[in-house]
Amino acid sequence: MSDRHIISILLENEAGALSRVAGLFSARGYNIQSLTVAPTEDETLSRMTIVTSGSERVIEQITKQLNKLVDVVRLVDLTEGPHIEREMMLIKVRAEGSLRDEVKRLVDIFRGRVIDVTDAFYTIEVTGTGTKLDAYLETLPTGSIMETVRSGVSGIARGEKGLQV
Amino acid sequence: MELTGADIFVRCLAEEGVEYLFGYPGGAALHLYDALYTQDKVQHILVRHEQGATHAADGYARSTGRPGVVLVTSGPGATNTVTGIATAHMDSIPLVVFTAQVASALIGDDAFQEVDSVGITRPCVKHNFLVRDVRDLAVTIKKAFYIATTGRPGPVVVDIPKDITAHKTEYFYPETAVIRSYSPVKKGHQTQIKKGVELLLSAKRPMIYTGGGIVLGEASASLTAFVRELGYPITNTLMGLGSYPATDSLFLGMLGMHGTYEANMAMHECDVLLAVGARFDDRITGDLAQFCPHARIVHVDVDPSSIGKTVPVEVPIVGDADTVLQDMMKRVKASDTKPDSHALKSWWQQIEQWRGLKCLTYQKSDELIKPQYVLEHLYELTGGDAYVTSDVGQHQMWTAQYYKFEQPRRWINSGGLGTMGFGLPAAMGVQFAHPNDTVVCVTGEASIQMCIQELSTCKQYALPIKVVNLNNRYMGMVRQWQEFFYEKRYSHSYMEALPDFTLLAESYGHVGFKITKPSDVEGVLKEALGMKDRLVFMDFITDQKENVYPMVGAGKGHHEMHLAPCNAVVPTDRELA
Ligand SMILES: Cc1ncc(C[n+]2csc(CCOP(=O)(O)OP(=O)(O)O)c2C)c(N)n1
Repeated sequence: MSDRHIISILLENEAGALSRVAGLFSARGYNIQSLTVAPTEDETLSRMTIVTSGSERVIEQITKQLNKLVDVVRLVDLTEGPHIEREMMLIKVRAEGSLRDEVKRLVDIFRGRVIDVTDAFYTIEVTGTGTKLDAYLETLPTGSIMETVRSGVSGIARGEKGLQV
Repeated sequence: MELTGADIFVRCLAEEGVEYLFGYPGGAALHLYDALYTQDKVQHILVRHEQGATHAADGYARSTGRPGVVLVTSGPGATNTVTGIATAHMDSIPLVVFTAQVASALIGDDAFQEVDSVGITRPCVKHNFLVRDVRDLAVTIKKAFYIATTGRPGPVVVDIPKDITAHKTEYFYPETAVIRSYSPVKKGHQTQIKKGVELLLSAKRPMIYTGGGIVLGEASASLTAFVRELGYPITNTLMGLGSYPATDSLFLGMLGMHGTYEANMAMHECDVLLAVGARFDDRITGDLAQFCPHARIVHVDVDPSSIGKTVPVEVPIVGDADTVLQDMMKRVKASDTKPDSHALKSWWQQIEQWRGLKCLTYQKSDELIKPQYVLEHLYELTGGDAYVTSDVGQHQMWTAQYYKFEQPRRWINSGGLGTMGFGLPAAMGVQFAHPNDTVVCVTGEASIQMCIQELSTCKQYALPIKVVNLNNRYMGMVRQWQEFFYEKRYSHSYMEALPDFTLLAESYGHVGFKITKPSDVEGVLKEALGMKDRLVFMDFITDQKENVYPMVGAGKGHHEMHLAPCNAVVPTDRELA
């Protein structure tokens, strides 16, 4: 069984820390569906979110191997508890003639926003879970998508629990 | 007082108690070398190749438990250390390797002798650092030694740009390293230990399997006491040899691909297995699906990622081997349950039957020198008390099988990476650490040529190493696999155009002996071992048809051993000529 897991990491904000994590995944043949990283309010720390999949044994190894990296300060597998996941997507879609209204209607249904407009194109911002973004893409008329940019997943645990030093 | 980065470097090493720095100079390292010139606390050992420096530091570390320290220049100096760093990494050996780097302003410009040393070494170090400011130098060095030597040990690389070694700052060496993201576990979880002991005491056919973690964790004494208290059979991995006295009757010899029949069969039939400081690698387990099919497993390791990695474990215990074994011992002694003596008795009867097969018997010969015969004599003449390094191949396996190590840190070999070229430079590090002890390097004619240049270092520092070259004119281990698995197509495994090793040794200023008759083996070994102040290179011309037995083929189960020591089917020198 290969399950999807969201692993959230507090990482030392050091040069090379990102490549240690990325190198670990490629060297050991673990898969990465998405990886995001950015500094936090504490400038010595970065927050990284990795979406990966694998059997229970593989996920256990991934978390153990990540914990072994000296730059990894804290780590949690968000999928083990209640959590919120969000991903942002920017899409440039052909929106001419009759398509124009149709595309706008779909944006509203998915609670997205049109953030840039030309005669022929809308640029749209949609936020949600990965599945929601996939679903949105499915609804768009075939051939209408010019470009998509996805941020990769970030996640946080629900409630009062937090990942802290 | 303000000091230059180079002076700070030397001061820090002295603070860490570094006796020997194995190294090789070059442009980016010149400030550092200048600082070494004007002090006498740290002795620099000039090797002939940077790979040799890393293996020498590694041998020093393996034989003492203290970290081995290396200094090389940027670019090719750094890349030449990679094999040695990876070797240490696979066997969890504490090394601190300083690589000089081009000046900070040049980094990224493809400067002369620039390589991304931190990037190149990243996958084969425990951790590495690039020093960006001279004010960080001392604290980085402190952290490097701390990380290398604690928890599961390993190599740490510190890359120092040339300008940093010239910049000045106030010198201060911290007492301790504080790293919030790194805190190795020492004590095991008591509930887990309790569960582990209960399971062990419930065993009918128990087995104990321990590895290099016992050596690294200085847990030999605790292990020996624990095993004797229980009266359970014990086996060691290649890396663990010496951590339990090999002549003890509870010891079943090494396990795994070239393990003994009794050790492998006991693994296959046991109902409870205690593993300590061992990592269930493929050379140990063979086919995972057939590994210890009846056993419930207790696994103690300081590295949580070693537990449950390849084999599911019922009772995981994360902790330092020595501390956990002592805790287990207390619980065993306090327990009302005692080992099931009745079951144990019949288990031992079974084991003695397997042992009775005498799987290490080989065919003696009056004409040809059998490699095993040389090693048996070496063992007897040194009383099992020498430091023995080896290279990689058949000779390594025979040494592991026929030299009975009684103490830890005496058997020094590259187990995880299997690095040919390791033996001689490693022996140098061992001899520096133990100037008055016998240090033997058992090697093969292929392996020895990978770092043969270090014979010159041995001359410069008068290291009286005894080289036992088991010269079968083949990359024996490769040839053995080709014989078994490639229908005797000996593709590129014959060693042609060999040098005359005795002349070669002599030209480096050493003593060389060539031995061709079994009747000369003992005498020459005796004479060589008696030459306390000379390096002696013994070139034993051995039987080309020997194979290493027993053998569990790759991907086979422990109970599927090749046993009957039949001779190899192989064209000899004469037939090839
Ligand atoms: C650096 C390196 N290259 C290649 C190998 C693959 N290898 C393993 S054993 C062996 C042959 C070793 O031959 P020799 O040193 O003569 O020892 P023997 O097996 O004959 O005792 C080779 C080539 C290795 N282990 N290390």
